[in-house]
Amino acid sequence: MKKVDQEKLIAHGLFIFGSIIVLYPFFSILFLALSEPGARISGFTIPTGVYFDNFLKAWTDGGFSLALWSSLIVVLGVVSITILCSIPAAYAFEKLSIKGASPLFALLLIGLVLPYESLIIPLYYSMRKFGLDSTYWSLILPQIGLSIPFSIFWLRSSFRSIPVSLSEAAMLEGASKLTILIKILLPQIKPAILTLTVLLFMWTWNEFLLALIMIQEPEMRTAPLALSYFAGNKRYGDPAITAAAAIWVALPVLIVYIFLQRRFISGMVTGVEK
Amino acid sequence: MNPLRPRKSRHNSNYLYLLPAFIFYILFILYPLSDTVYTSFTQWSGIGEKTWVGLENYKNNLSDKKITSSIKHSFILIIFYSFFPIIIGLGIAGMMVRIKVKGMAIYRAILFLPQILSMIVVGIAWRWIYAPKGPLNSGLDFFGLNDISRAWLGSFDFALIAVGLIGTWVMFGFTMILFIAGVQKIPKELYDAAKVDGAGAFAEFFNVTLPGLKGEIVVALVFTVTLALRNFDLIYITTGGGPGTSTMIPSMFIYKKAFQMNQVGSASSLGVMLTLLIFTLISLIIITLREKR
Repeated sequence: MKKVDQEKLIAHGLFIFGSIIVLYPFFSILFLALSEPGARISGFTIPTGVYFDNFLKAWTDGGFSLALWSSLIVVLGVVSITILCSIPAAYAFEKLSIKGASPLFALLLIGLVLPYESLIIPLYYSMRKFGLDSTYWSLILPQIGLSIPFSIFWLRSSFRSIPVSLSEAAMLEGASKLTILIKILLPQIKPAILTLTVLLFMWTWNEFLLALIMIQEPEMRTAPLALSYFAGNKRYGDPAITAAAAIWVALPVLIVYIFLQRRFISGMVTGVEK
Repeated sequence: MNPLRPRKSRHNSNYLYLLPAFIFYILFILYPLSDTVYTSFTQWSGIGEKTWVGLENYKNNLSDKKITSSIKHSFILIIFYSFFPIIIGLGIAGMMVRIKVKGMAIYRAILFLPQILSMIVVGIAWRWIYAPKGPLNSGLDFFGLNDISRAWLGSFDFALIAVGLIGTWVMFGFTMILFIAGVQKIPKELYDAAKVDGAGAFAEFFNVTLPGLKGEIVVALVFTVTLALRNFDLIYITTGGGPGTSTMIPSMFIYKKAFQMNQVGSASSLGVMLTLLIFTLISLIIITLREKR
Protein backbone atom coordinates (compact mmCIF):
# COMPACT_ATOMS: atom_id res chain seq x y z
CA MET A 1 0.00 0.00 0.00
CA LYS A 2 1.27 3.44 -0.86
CA LYS A 3 1.94 5.85 1.96
CA VAL A 4 -0.69 8.29 0.72
CA ASP A 5 -3.34 5.57 0.69
CA GLN A 6 -2.41 4.58 4.19
CA GLU A 7 -2.74 8.15 5.38
CA LYS A 8 -6.13 8.45 3.75
CA LEU A 9 -7.28 5.26 5.40
CA ILE A 10 -6.25 6.57 8.82
CA ALA A 11 -8.03 9.86 8.09
CA HIS A 12 -11.25 8.07 7.15
CA GLY A 13 -10.93 5.93 10.26
CA LEU A 14 -10.64 8.99 12.45
CA PHE A 15 -13.60 10.73 10.86
CA ILE A 16 -15.77 7.63 11.06
CA PHE A 17 -14.80 7.18 14.71
CA GLY A 18 -15.70 10.82 15.42
CA SER A 19 -18.98 10.50 13.54
CA ILE A 20 -19.97 7.44 15.55
CA ILE A 21 -19.29 9.28 18.80
CA VAL A 22 -21.45 12.20 17.64
CA LEU A 23 -24.27 10.04 16.33
CA TYR A 24 -24.41 7.46 19.12
CA PRO A 25 -26.50 9.48 21.63
CA PHE A 26 -28.97 10.41 18.89
CA PHE A 27 -29.40 6.86 17.65
CA SER A 28 -29.67 5.58 21.16
CA ILE A 29 -32.66 7.83 21.91
CA LEU A 30 -34.11 7.10 18.48
CA PHE A 31 -34.03 3.35 19.23
CA LEU A 32 -35.48 4.06 22.64
CA ALA A 33 -38.32 6.12 21.14
CA LEU A 34 -39.09 3.48 18.52
CA SER A 35 -39.20 0.65 21.05
CA GLU A 36 -42.32 -1.19 22.09
CA PRO A 37 -44.29 0.85 24.65
CA GLY A 38 -43.93 -0.48 28.17
CA ALA A 39 -41.12 -2.82 27.19
CA ARG A 40 -38.25 -3.04 29.65
CA ILE A 41 -35.44 -1.29 27.94
CA SER A 42 -31.84 -1.18 28.90
CA GLY A 43 -29.00 0.49 27.07
CA PHE A 44 -28.07 -2.46 24.92
CA THR A 45 -31.49 -3.74 23.95
CA ILE A 46 -31.88 -3.99 20.21
CA PRO A 47 -35.40 -3.02 19.22
CA THR A 48 -37.63 -5.95 18.28
CA GLY A 49 -39.72 -3.89 15.93
CA VAL A 50 -40.63 -0.34 15.05
CA TYR A 51 -43.41 1.21 17.11
CA PHE A 52 -44.59 4.76 16.70
CA ASP A 53 -46.78 4.67 19.81
CA ASN A 54 -44.30 6.68 21.88
CA PHE A 55 -44.28 9.44 19.27
CA LEU A 56 -48.08 9.62 19.25
CA LYS A 57 -48.21 9.61 23.03
CA ALA A 58 -45.64 12.42 23.32
CA TRP A 59 -47.50 14.43 20.68
CA THR A 60 -50.84 14.26 22.49
CA ASP A 61 -49.76 14.08 26.18
CA GLY A 62 -46.99 16.61 25.93
CA GLY A 63 -49.00 19.08 23.90
CA PHE A 64 -46.27 19.27 21.27
CA SER A 65 -48.55 20.26 18.43
CA LEU A 66 -49.22 23.52 20.32
CA ALA A 67 -45.58 23.90 21.34
CA LEU A 68 -44.27 23.61 17.77
CA TRP A 69 -46.87 26.16 16.73
CA SER A 70 -45.78 28.59 19.49
CA SER A 71 -42.17 28.21 18.48
CA LEU A 72 -43.04 28.86 14.85
CA ILE A 73 -44.84 32.11 15.72
CA VAL A 74 -41.90 33.33 17.79
CA VAL A 75 -39.38 32.35 15.10
CA LEU A 76 -41.33 34.13 12.35
CA GLY A 77 -41.62 37.29 14.44
CA VAL A 78 -37.98 37.38 15.48
CA VAL A 79 -36.45 36.49 12.12
CA SER A 80 -38.58 38.82 9.98
CA ILE A 81 -38.34 41.91 12.20
CA THR A 82 -34.64 41.39 12.91
CA ILE A 83 -33.78 41.17 9.23
CA LEU A 84 -36.01 44.12 8.28
CA CYS A 85 -34.31 46.31 10.90
CA SER A 86 -30.77 45.07 10.32
CA ILE A 87 -30.61 45.53 6.55
CA PRO A 88 -31.00 49.33 6.55
CA ALA A 89 -28.69 49.65 9.57
CA ALA A 90 -25.95 47.52 7.99
CA TYR A 91 -26.37 49.47 4.74
CA ALA A 92 -26.00 52.79 6.56
CA PHE A 93 -22.91 51.61 8.44
CA GLU A 94 -21.18 50.38 5.30
CA LYS A 95 -22.31 52.60 2.44
CA LEU A 96 -23.62 55.89 3.87
CA SER A 97 -21.69 58.56 5.69
CA ILE A 98 -22.53 58.60 9.36
CA LYS A 99 -20.82 60.67 11.99
CA GLY A 100 -19.84 58.60 14.99
CA ALA A 101 -20.25 55.35 13.08
CA SER A 102 -17.41 53.59 14.86
CA PRO A 103 -18.51 54.28 18.44
CA LEU A 104 -22.07 53.29 17.51
CA PHE A 105 -20.80 50.08 15.96
CA ALA A 106 -18.62 49.39 18.99
CA LEU A 107 -21.72 49.77 21.15
CA LEU A 108 -23.36 47.00 19.11
CA LEU A 109 -20.34 44.73 19.61
CA ILE A 110 -21.06 44.60 23.35
CA GLY A 111 -24.26 42.76 22.46
CA LEU A 112 -22.29 40.03 20.70
CA VAL A 113 -20.66 38.67 23.84
CA LEU A 114 -23.11 39.81 26.50
CA PRO A 115 -24.49 36.88 28.49
CA TYR A 116 -28.26 36.68 28.46
CA GLU A 117 -28.22 36.02 32.18
CA SER A 118 -27.42 39.65 32.91
CA LEU A 119 -30.55 40.90 31.12
CA ILE A 120 -33.34 38.52 32.06
CA ILE A 121 -34.21 40.02 35.44
CA PRO A 122 -35.12 43.55 34.26
CA LEU A 123 -36.63 42.11 31.07
CA TYR A 124 -38.98 40.01 33.17
CA TYR A 125 -40.05 42.90 35.38
CA SER A 126 -40.52 45.32 32.46
CA MET A 127 -42.58 42.81 30.52
CA ARG A 128 -44.75 42.28 33.58
CA LYS A 129 -45.13 46.01 34.07
CA PHE A 130 -46.48 46.40 30.54
CA GLY A 131 -48.66 43.30 30.79
CA LEU A 132 -46.63 41.50 28.15
CA ASP A 133 -45.49 38.53 30.23
CA SER A 134 -46.95 35.26 29.01
CA THR A 135 -47.44 36.74 25.55
CA TYR A 136 -45.38 35.89 22.51
CA TRP A 137 -44.13 39.49 22.50
CA SER A 138 -42.20 38.82 25.70
CA LEU A 139 -40.15 36.32 23.72
CA ILE A 140 -40.08 38.08 20.36
CA LEU A 141 -39.03 41.60 21.39
CA PRO A 142 -35.99 40.72 23.54
CA GLN A 143 -34.75 38.19 21.00
CA ILE A 144 -34.88 40.81 18.26
CA GLY A 145 -32.65 42.98 20.44
CA LEU A 146 -30.28 40.07 20.99
CA SER A 147 -30.18 39.09 17.32
CA ILE A 148 -29.58 42.56 15.93
CA PRO A 149 -25.84 42.90 16.74
CA PHE A 150 -24.89 39.68 14.94
CA SER A 151 -27.23 40.43 12.03
CA ILE A 152 -25.84 43.92 11.42
CA PHE A 153 -22.33 42.54 11.74
CA TRP A 154 -23.05 39.78 9.26
CA LEU A 155 -24.89 41.96 6.71
CA ARG A 156 -22.36 44.77 6.92
CA SER A 157 -19.55 42.48 5.84
CA SER A 158 -21.74 41.22 3.00
CA PHE A 159 -22.35 44.78 1.80
CA ARG A 160 -18.60 45.39 2.01
CA SER A 161 -17.92 42.66 -0.53
CA ILE A 162 -20.02 44.40 -3.20
CA PRO A 163 -17.85 46.54 -5.48
CA VAL A 164 -18.38 50.27 -4.96
CA SER A 165 -18.66 50.84 -8.71
CA LEU A 166 -22.10 49.22 -8.74
CA SER A 167 -23.77 51.71 -6.46
CA GLU A 168 -21.74 54.64 -7.79
CA ALA A 169 -23.03 54.09 -11.29
CA ALA A 170 -26.60 54.10 -10.03
CA MET A 171 -25.97 57.19 -7.94
CA LEU A 172 -24.73 59.06 -11.02
CA GLU A 173 -27.99 58.20 -12.72
CA GLY A 174 -29.77 59.94 -9.86
CA ALA A 175 -31.09 56.89 -8.02
CA SER A 176 -31.98 57.52 -4.40
CA LYS A 177 -30.26 55.78 -1.51
CA LEU A 178 -33.28 53.61 -0.83
CA THR A 179 -33.59 52.60 -4.49
CA ILE A 180 -29.91 51.68 -4.59
CA LEU A 181 -30.37 49.51 -1.51
CA ILE A 182 -33.47 47.72 -2.75
CA LYS A 183 -32.86 47.45 -6.48
CA ILE A 184 -29.08 47.05 -6.68
CA LEU A 185 -27.54 45.93 -3.40
CA LEU A 186 -30.15 43.57 -1.96
CA PRO A 187 -30.16 41.16 -4.92
CA GLN A 188 -26.38 40.89 -4.52
CA ILE A 189 -26.53 39.73 -0.91
CA LYS A 190 -29.47 37.33 -1.21
CA PRO A 191 -27.34 34.28 -0.25
CA ALA A 192 -26.02 36.08 2.84
CA ILE A 193 -29.58 36.94 3.89
CA LEU A 194 -30.67 33.32 3.45
CA THR A 195 -27.79 32.10 5.61
CA LEU A 196 -28.65 34.68 8.25
CA THR A 197 -32.28 33.57 8.17
CA VAL A 198 -31.27 29.96 8.78
CA LEU A 199 -28.99 30.88 11.70
CA LEU A 200 -31.59 33.14 13.34
CA PHE A 201 -34.23 30.43 12.90
CA MET A 202 -32.02 27.91 14.68
CA TRP A 203 -31.02 30.20 17.56
CA THR A 204 -34.57 31.38 18.15
CA TRP A 205 -36.01 27.86 17.92
CA ASN A 206 -33.54 26.58 20.52
CA GLU A 207 -33.85 29.49 22.97
CA PHE A 208 -34.80 28.25 26.41
CA LEU A 209 -34.04 30.52 29.37
CA LEU A 210 -36.20 33.43 28.20
CA ALA A 211 -39.20 31.16 27.62
CA LEU A 212 -38.67 29.49 31.00
CA ILE A 213 -39.00 32.84 32.74
CA MET A 214 -41.65 34.57 30.66
CA ILE A 215 -44.18 31.88 29.84
CA GLN A 216 -46.47 30.55 32.55
CA GLU A 217 -49.40 29.25 30.50
CA PRO A 218 -48.82 25.61 29.45
CA GLU A 219 -50.47 26.11 26.07
CA MET A 220 -48.04 28.90 25.14
CA ARG A 221 -44.82 27.02 25.87
CA THR A 222 -42.25 26.91 23.11
CA ALA A 223 -40.91 23.56 21.95
CA PRO A 224 -37.78 23.34 24.16
CA LEU A 225 -39.76 24.61 27.16
CA ALA A 226 -42.55 22.07 26.66
CA LEU A 227 -39.89 19.40 26.34
CA SER A 228 -38.23 20.38 29.62
CA TYR A 229 -41.56 20.29 31.50
CA PHE A 230 -42.43 16.99 29.92
CA ALA A 231 -39.05 15.49 30.78
CA GLY A 232 -39.27 16.90 34.30
CA ASN A 233 -42.69 15.39 34.97
CA LYS A 234 -41.74 12.05 33.56
CA ARG A 235 -38.33 11.91 35.13
CA TYR A 236 -39.25 8.71 36.90
CA GLY A 237 -41.65 7.62 34.21
CA ASP A 238 -41.15 6.29 30.74
CA PRO A 239 -37.86 7.44 29.20
CA ALA A 240 -39.04 6.19 25.80
CA ILE A 241 -41.81 8.80 25.59
CA THR A 242 -39.40 11.54 26.66
CA ALA A 243 -37.03 10.39 23.92
CA ALA A 244 -39.82 10.61 21.36
CA ALA A 245 -40.68 14.12 22.58
CA ALA A 246 -37.05 15.19 22.19
CA ILE A 247 -37.11 13.98 18.60
CA TRP A 248 -40.27 15.99 17.88
CA VAL A 249 -38.53 19.14 19.12
CA ALA A 250 -35.33 18.46 17.18
CA LEU A 251 -37.10 17.51 13.96
CA PRO A 252 -37.85 20.95 12.43
CA VAL A 253 -34.26 22.16 12.83
CA LEU A 254 -32.98 18.79 11.65
CA ILE A 255 -35.06 18.94 8.46
CA VAL A 256 -33.84 22.43 7.62
CA TYR A 257 -30.29 21.30 8.44
CA ILE A 258 -30.44 18.36 6.05
CA PHE A 259 -31.33 20.66 3.16
CA LEU A 260 -29.22 23.67 4.06
CA GLN A 261 -26.34 22.20 6.07
CA ARG A 262 -23.70 24.05 4.09
CA ARG A 263 -25.29 27.34 5.12
CA PHE A 264 -25.40 26.36 8.78
CA ILE A 265 -21.75 25.36 8.82
CA SER A 266 -20.30 28.14 6.71
CA GLY A 267 -22.54 30.62 8.50
CA MET A 268 -21.43 29.62 11.96
CA VAL A 269 -17.77 29.10 11.13
CA THR A 270 -17.35 32.38 9.26
CA GLY A 271 -19.85 34.09 11.56
CA VAL A 272 -17.86 33.48 14.72
CA GLU A 273 -14.63 34.23 12.86
CA LYS A 274 -15.87 37.65 11.91
CA MET B 1 -37.78 56.87 5.90
CA ASN B 2 -37.53 59.22 3.01
CA PRO B 3 -34.18 59.37 1.26
CA LEU B 4 -35.41 61.99 -1.18
CA ARG B 5 -35.16 64.81 1.32
CA PRO B 6 -33.64 68.16 0.49
CA ARG B 7 -29.87 68.08 0.31
CA LYS B 8 -29.26 70.01 3.51
CA SER B 9 -30.51 67.24 5.77
CA ARG B 10 -29.02 64.52 3.64
CA HIS B 11 -26.66 63.30 6.30
CA ASN B 12 -29.22 63.40 9.06
CA SER B 13 -31.53 61.19 7.06
CA ASN B 14 -28.82 58.54 7.12
CA TYR B 15 -29.48 58.06 10.81
CA LEU B 16 -33.02 57.00 10.04
CA TYR B 17 -31.61 53.79 8.60
CA LEU B 18 -30.08 53.00 11.99
CA LEU B 19 -33.11 53.98 14.00
CA PRO B 20 -35.29 50.83 14.03
CA ALA B 21 -32.38 48.54 14.91
CA PHE B 22 -31.13 50.84 17.65
CA ILE B 23 -34.58 51.25 19.19
CA PHE B 24 -34.72 47.48 19.74
CA TYR B 25 -31.12 47.35 20.87
CA ILE B 26 -31.52 50.17 23.39
CA LEU B 27 -34.89 49.03 24.76
CA PHE B 28 -34.11 45.33 25.09
CA ILE B 29 -30.32 45.20 25.62
CA LEU B 30 -28.78 48.44 26.82
CA TYR B 31 -31.61 49.51 29.10
CA PRO B 32 -31.94 46.10 30.85
CA LEU B 33 -28.16 45.95 31.19
CA SER B 34 -28.03 49.31 32.97
CA ASP B 35 -31.01 48.29 35.10
CA THR B 36 -29.22 45.11 36.18
CA VAL B 37 -26.15 47.12 37.14
CA TYR B 38 -28.29 49.51 39.21
CA THR B 39 -30.27 46.72 40.89
CA SER B 40 -27.02 44.95 41.77
CA PHE B 41 -26.30 47.76 44.26
CA THR B 42 -29.67 47.36 45.96
CA GLN B 43 -31.63 44.94 48.04
CA TRP B 44 -34.89 44.05 46.35
CA SER B 45 -37.39 41.22 46.67
CA GLY B 46 -39.12 41.94 43.37
CA ILE B 47 -41.87 44.08 44.88
CA GLY B 48 -41.79 47.47 46.56
CA GLU B 49 -38.86 49.86 46.67
CA LYS B 50 -35.24 48.98 46.02
CA THR B 51 -32.99 49.73 48.99
CA TRP B 52 -29.52 51.00 48.16
CA VAL B 53 -26.87 48.82 49.81
CA GLY B 54 -23.76 49.74 47.85
CA LEU B 55 -21.31 46.91 47.36
CA GLU B 56 -22.99 44.69 49.95
CA ASN B 57 -24.26 42.11 47.42
CA TYR B 58 -20.83 41.77 45.86
CA LYS B 59 -19.16 41.31 49.23
CA ASN B 60 -21.71 38.67 50.18
CA ASN B 61 -21.20 36.84 46.89
CA LEU B 62 -17.46 36.68 47.35
CA SER B 63 -17.76 35.37 50.90
CA ASP B 64 -20.50 32.84 50.05
CA LYS B 65 -18.79 29.49 49.63
CA LYS B 66 -21.59 28.11 47.46
CA ILE B 67 -21.11 30.95 44.99
CA THR B 68 -17.32 30.86 44.90
CA SER B 69 -17.46 27.11 44.35
CA SER B 70 -19.96 27.63 41.50
CA ILE B 71 -17.37 29.88 39.83
CA LYS B 72 -14.80 27.16 40.39
CA HIS B 73 -17.15 24.69 38.67
CA SER B 74 -17.31 27.02 35.69
CA PHE B 75 -13.53 27.00 35.38
CA ILE B 76 -13.51 23.20 35.55
CA LEU B 77 -16.12 23.18 32.79
CA ILE B 78 -13.85 25.39 30.66
CA ILE B 79 -11.35 22.51 30.63
CA PHE B 80 -14.02 20.22 29.20
CA TYR B 81 -15.78 22.71 26.90
CA SER B 82 -12.71 24.49 25.65
CA PHE B 83 -9.35 22.83 26.19
CA PHE B 84 -10.27 19.24 25.35
CA PRO B 85 -12.11 20.10 22.12
CA ILE B 86 -9.33 22.46 21.04
CA ILE B 87 -6.63 19.86 21.68
CA ILE B 88 -8.63 17.19 19.83
CA GLY B 89 -9.31 19.60 16.96
CA LEU B 90 -5.67 20.67 16.69
CA GLY B 91 -4.41 17.10 16.81
CA ILE B 92 -6.66 16.03 13.99
CA ALA B 93 -6.10 19.16 11.91
CA GLY B 94 -2.35 18.61 12.28
CA MET B 95 -2.71 15.17 10.75
CA MET B 96 -4.90 16.42 7.92
CA VAL B 97 -2.36 18.88 6.54
CA ARG B 98 -1.76 17.18 3.23
CA ILE B 99 -4.58 14.70 3.13
CA LYS B 100 -7.68 15.50 1.13
CA VAL B 101 -10.44 13.18 2.22
CA LYS B 102 -13.31 12.23 -0.06
CA GLY B 103 -16.74 12.57 1.51
CA MET B 104 -15.54 15.34 3.79
CA ALA B 105 -18.89 17.11 3.34
CA ILE B 106 -20.73 14.21 4.98
CA TYR B 107 -18.29 13.96 7.88
CA ARG B 108 -18.55 17.70 8.38
CA ALA B 109 -22.35 17.62 8.41
CA ILE B 110 -22.32 14.88 11.06
CA LEU B 111 -19.61 16.39 13.23
CA PHE B 112 -21.42 19.70 13.25
CA LEU B 113 -24.74 18.21 14.34
CA PRO B 114 -24.49 18.90 18.11
CA GLN B 115 -24.13 22.62 17.33
CA ILE B 116 -27.55 23.01 15.76
CA LEU B 117 -29.74 21.19 18.24
CA SER B 118 -31.35 22.57 21.37
CA MET B 119 -29.29 21.91 24.48
CA ILE B 120 -32.49 20.56 26.02
CA VAL B 121 -32.60 17.84 23.36
CA VAL B 122 -28.88 17.15 23.81
CA GLY B 123 -29.34 17.00 27.58
CA ILE B 124 -32.20 14.51 27.32
CA ALA B 125 -30.18 12.25 25.02
CA TRP B 126 -27.30 12.28 27.50
CA ARG B 127 -29.57 11.79 30.50
CA TRP B 128 -30.48 8.48 28.90
CA ILE B 129 -26.83 7.58 28.23
CA TYR B 130 -25.96 8.26 31.88
CA ALA B 131 -29.19 6.78 33.32
CA PRO B 132 -28.95 3.95 35.90
CA LYS B 133 -30.11 1.48 33.22
CA GLY B 134 -28.79 3.48 30.28
CA PRO B 135 -26.25 2.47 27.64
CA LEU B 136 -23.16 3.46 29.64
CA ASN B 137 -24.00 1.29 32.63
CA SER B 138 -25.21 -1.55 30.40
CA GLY B 139 -21.87 -1.39 28.64
CA LEU B 140 -19.94 -1.45 31.92
CA ASP B 141 -22.04 -4.37 33.20
CA PHE B 142 -21.44 -6.21 29.94
CA PHE B 143 -17.70 -6.08 30.56
CA GLY B 144 -18.20 -7.18 34.15
CA LEU B 145 -17.47 -3.73 35.55
CA ASN B 146 -20.64 -3.64 37.66
CA ASP B 147 -18.74 -1.95 40.49
CA ILE B 148 -18.14 1.15 38.42
CA SER B 149 -21.66 1.61 37.08
CA ARG B 150 -23.81 4.12 38.91
CA ALA B 151 -26.32 6.96 38.39
CA TRP B 152 -23.68 9.23 36.92
CA LEU B 153 -25.62 12.50 37.03
CA GLY B 154 -26.71 11.83 40.60
CA SER B 155 -23.19 11.24 41.87
CA PHE B 156 -21.47 13.90 43.97
CA ASP B 157 -18.08 12.87 42.60
CA PHE B 158 -18.90 12.37 38.93
CA ALA B 159 -21.82 14.64 38.00
CA LEU B 160 -19.63 17.64 37.11
CA ILE B 161 -17.31 15.50 35.00
CA ALA B 162 -20.30 13.84 33.34
CA VAL B 163 -21.75 17.23 32.38
CA GLY B 164 -18.30 18.40 31.26
CA LEU B 165 -17.96 15.45 28.91
CA ILE B 166 -21.26 16.42 27.28
CA GLY B 167 -19.64 19.80 26.60
CA THR B 168 -16.62 18.12 25.04
CA TRP B 169 -18.96 16.08 22.87
CA VAL B 170 -20.88 19.22 21.78
CA MET B 171 -17.73 21.14 20.90
CA PHE B 172 -15.15 18.77 19.45
CA GLY B 173 -16.73 18.57 16.00
CA PHE B 174 -16.90 22.33 15.76
CA THR B 175 -13.22 22.84 16.61
CA MET B 176 -12.23 20.06 14.20
CA ILE B 177 -14.11 21.67 11.31
CA LEU B 178 -12.80 25.11 12.17
CA PHE B 179 -9.16 23.98 12.37
CA ILE B 180 -9.25 21.73 9.31
CA ALA B 181 -10.64 24.66 7.29
CA GLY B 182 -7.90 26.84 8.79
CA VAL B 183 -5.09 24.42 7.93
CA GLN B 184 -6.13 24.50 4.29
CA LYS B 185 -5.54 28.25 4.24
CA ILE B 186 -1.92 27.96 5.39
CA PRO B 187 0.33 28.51 2.32
CA LYS B 188 1.83 25.24 1.03
CA GLU B 189 5.24 26.92 0.65
CA LEU B 190 5.56 27.08 4.43
CA TYR B 191 5.23 23.30 4.67
CA ASP B 192 7.63 22.79 1.75
CA ALA B 193 10.15 25.07 3.44
CA ALA B 194 9.82 23.15 6.68
CA LYS B 195 10.43 19.92 4.81
CA VAL B 196 13.57 21.33 3.16
CA ASP B 197 14.81 22.25 6.63
CA GLY B 198 14.33 18.62 7.57
CA ALA B 199 11.52 19.20 10.03
CA GLY B 200 9.73 16.12 11.32
CA ALA B 201 6.02 15.84 11.89
CA PHE B 202 6.24 17.38 15.35
CA ALA B 203 8.44 20.29 14.31
CA GLU B 204 6.13 20.89 11.36
CA PHE B 205 3.12 21.00 13.68
CA PHE B 206 4.67 23.39 16.18
CA ASN B 207 6.45 25.66 13.68
CA VAL B 208 3.94 25.85 10.85
CA THR B 209 0.49 24.50 11.70
CA LEU B 210 0.10 25.93 15.20
CA PRO B 211 1.18 29.51 14.34
CA GLY B 212 -0.89 29.35 11.17
CA LEU B 213 -4.01 28.50 13.16
CA LYS B 214 -3.62 31.29 15.71
CA GLY B 215 -6.65 33.18 14.39
CA GLU B 216 -8.86 30.08 14.53
CA ILE B 217 -7.63 29.23 18.02
CA VAL B 218 -8.67 32.67 19.27
CA VAL B 219 -12.10 32.18 17.68
CA ALA B 220 -12.52 28.72 19.20
CA LEU B 221 -11.41 29.89 22.64
CA VAL B 222 -13.78 32.86 22.70
CA PHE B 223 -16.71 30.77 21.47
CA THR B 224 -16.20 27.78 23.77
CA VAL B 225 -15.21 29.71 26.91
CA THR B 226 -18.32 31.90 26.60
CA LEU B 227 -20.51 28.82 26.33
CA ALA B 228 -18.80 27.08 29.24
CA LEU B 229 -19.41 30.10 31.48
CA ARG B 230 -23.07 30.50 30.54
CA ASN B 231 -24.23 26.94 30.04
CA PHE B 232 -27.64 27.35 31.68
CA ASP B 233 -29.77 25.05 29.51
CA LEU B 234 -27.60 21.96 29.81
CA ILE B 235 -27.18 22.16 33.58
CA TYR B 236 -30.88 22.88 34.03
CA ILE B 237 -32.00 19.81 32.12
CA THR B 238 -29.32 17.35 33.27
CA THR B 239 -28.68 18.01 36.96
CA GLY B 240 -30.40 21.26 37.96
CA GLY B 241 -27.18 22.09 39.80
CA GLY B 242 -27.26 18.97 41.92
CA PRO B 243 -26.71 16.66 43.59
CA GLY B 244 -26.39 19.16 46.43
CA THR B 245 -24.58 22.06 44.80
CA SER B 246 -21.99 19.86 43.10
CA THR B 247 -22.80 21.11 39.57
CA MET B 248 -24.06 24.61 40.47
CA ILE B 249 -22.85 27.35 38.15
CA PRO B 250 -23.37 31.13 38.40
CA SER B 251 -26.13 31.31 35.78
CA MET B 252 -28.12 28.69 37.70
CA PHE B 253 -27.73 30.75 40.88
CA ILE B 254 -28.93 33.86 39.05
CA TYR B 255 -32.08 32.01 37.99
CA LYS B 256 -32.75 30.50 41.41
CA LYS B 257 -32.07 33.68 43.39
CA ALA B 258 -34.10 35.92 41.09
CA PHE B 259 -37.08 33.70 40.36
CA GLN B 260 -37.33 31.26 43.25
CA MET B 261 -35.75 32.93 46.28
CA ASN B 262 -36.78 36.57 45.66
CA GLN B 263 -33.20 37.83 46.12
CA VAL B 264 -33.29 39.98 43.01
CA GLY B 265 -30.54 42.41 44.04
CA SER B 266 -28.16 39.59 44.85
CA ALA B 267 -29.03 37.81 41.58
CA SER B 268 -28.32 41.01 39.65
CA SER B 269 -24.89 41.39 41.24
CA LEU B 270 -24.08 37.82 40.17
CA GLY B 271 -25.23 38.72 36.66
CA VAL B 272 -22.84 41.66 36.60
CA MET B 273 -20.01 39.49 37.93
CA LEU B 274 -20.64 36.85 35.26
CA THR B 275 -20.64 39.51 32.55
CA LEU B 276 -17.39 41.01 33.83
CA LEU B 277 -15.81 37.56 34.05
CA ILE B 278 -16.73 36.79 30.43
CA PHE B 279 -15.52 40.19 29.18
CA THR B 280 -12.25 39.84 31.09
CA LEU B 281 -11.52 36.34 29.82
CA ILE B 282 -12.34 37.27 26.21
CA SER B 283 -10.11 40.35 26.40
CA LEU B 284 -7.29 38.28 27.92
CA ILE B 285 -7.56 35.66 25.18
CA ILE B 286 -7.51 38.25 22.41
CA ILE B 287 -4.73 40.38 23.90
CA THR B 288 -2.33 37.57 24.80
CA LEU B 289 -2.71 35.68 21.55
CA ARG B 290 -2.58 38.76 19.35
CA GLU B 291 0.61 40.14 20.84
CA LYS B 292 2.57 36.97 20.26
CA ARG B 293 1.92 37.23 16.56
